[in-house]
Amino acid sequence: MSNNRTDRFSKKMLEIAPSGIRKFFDLVIGRDDIISLGVGEPDFPTPWVMREEAYYHLEQGHTSYTSNWGLQELRDEIAKYLSQYDLHYNSQDEVLVTIGVSEGIDAALRAILNPGDEIIICEPCYVSYQPLADLCDTKLIHLDTSKTGFYPTAEDIEKVITPKTKALMLCSPSNPTGCMIPVSELKAIAEVVKKHEIWVLSDEVYCELVYEDHKHVSIGSLPGMKDYTIVLNGFSKAFAMTGWRIGFMSGPADLMDQVHKLHQYSAICAPIMSQYAALEGLKNGWKEVERMRVSYQQRRNLMYKAFINMGLPTIEPEGAFYIFPDIRKTGLTSAEFATELIEKYKVAVVPGSVFGAAGEGFIRCCYATDINKIKEALNRMAQMVSEHSSVSAQLPKA
Amino acid sequence: MEEILNLLQENARLSVSDIAAMTKKTTDEVQAVISKLEKDGVILKYATIVNPEKIENPGDKVKAEIEIQVQPEREHGFDALAERIYKYPQVKSVYLMSGGYDLKVVIEGESLQEVAFFVSRKLSTLDGVRSTKTHFFLKTYKENDVLYVDEKKDNREGVTA
Repeated sequence: MSNNRTDRFSKKMLEIAPSGIRKFFDLVIGRDDIISLGVGEPDFPTPWVMREEAYYHLEQGHTSYTSNWGLQELRDEIAKYLSQYDLHYNSQDEVLVTIGVSEGIDAALRAILNPGDEIIICEPCYVSYQPLADLCDTKLIHLDTSKTGFYPTAEDIEKVITPKTKALMLCSPSNPTGCMIPVSELKAIAEVVKKHEIWVLSDEVYCELVYEDHKHVSIGSLPGMKDYTIVLNGFSKAFAMTGWRIGFMSGPADLMDQVHKLHQYSAICAPIMSQYAALEGLKNGWKEVERMRVSYQQRRNLMYKAFINMGLPTIEPEGAFYIFPDIRKTGLTSAEFATELIEKYKVAVVPGSVFGAAGEGFIRCCYATDINKIKEALNRMAQMVSEHSSVSAQLPKA
Repeated sequence: MEEILNLLQENARLSVSDIAAMTKKTTDEVQAVISKLEKDGVILKYATIVNPEKIENPGDKVKAEIEIQVQPEREHGFDALAERIYKYPQVKSVYLMSGGYDLKVVIEGESLQEVAFFVSRKLSTLDGVRSTKTHFFLKTYKENDVLYVDEKKDNREGVTA
């Protein structure tokens, strides 16, 4: 007997579109002849010191719940880590260990948003911001950053602020573009935030993966910003721990009280072995983090040069492990480009449109991939780009 | 210079133009650095690391580590004896060690007998060699940062956010 009740699913959930990445995932799954630049995670396994630490704790039978907040020792170490960025949080009631940054974003949004509130999302951006905000019955204000170097400006933010604006979502360095918000702009944004008394959700999960002379600055560290900022961070990217699902968030104590309730009921706590591994990473994993960072930087340089040589306008990414070339000169949409690239050239990338309308005309390529595979993928892409360029050059102008 | 050296140590087949792109230098600059490293003897040679277990007809090579206690000479210390030892082609590595013995010698031979013969007839009869202890290698798991056992390299899903 099948359940034929027509209202058996939440209307809200039915309205949520599945991630645009799914289609490309399905094209790649089970194929080992495809080189994928479509992943969103490191190509290194978690450093062995951390894996070994988790192994030790499993052996010791440390398999219980922890405090809802997370292990105190880990929170102490996180608070110490944050203080290096001039972020000062009490490890007792202002630091929460979460199940990755994703849980933190969900909890933070639900803790601050009321139906009818507006939230500003700077696009292109990570795929979860919009659906998670949608679940809170909010109005999404899409801010297009594609004309301002893929970071939001204080001026553009202020233009879209209304009395209903409750929050601003930032991500620097950014997924999918690798761009960072310059410090001068960040300061101007902070002034707008304080003037209008809105929350900033600052996704800083790529903050350790910044290249050359670029330095990460958290908006929460700027004068007077602690009361307006929710810092979201995690171990997935810098410590190559995506599968462990472990992150953390920090904010003023009154906000954390609210978030803590939600976390307590929906998650209880982050997995204990992940917490022990993360703690070991903060204590003894930094050399490995640096080794991985240097390797990403070298591969970024190679990829950036290749896209410039292909004649694709590209901003050199300052952080993360993504590069976001402009493919409009091929005359294809991002989805058409990505589909043809998989089907004819066996290279997977993610179309920019997946990250919001502002990403149309671009593709996201991840350089956390073996150098020989990157080189081969770039050769194949160059071939596709040159074929399309010669075709579009022959066409009469419309 | 250090970055170029690190890249080559990891993968000696990277081309000069790849290294130039990865380090944001010109190919001329990279070539100059590499030439200098070669000239100064920092880079000794470019070789291929082979897993002998995967060769189809590997022959029956045996490898042994020999711990040698030495009576050092007044004027030459350990160096003169080390030199006499490392000149044998069978000898793959020679190290001066701290602790219970002095020279660690790694040798490779076609058979157990050949290694035994070399140790008893050549090494132990050298002036200054007080004693030898021979250990045969049974299996290599990891050598100079390289794994000799298969590990699945990329377990990631093809496309993720």
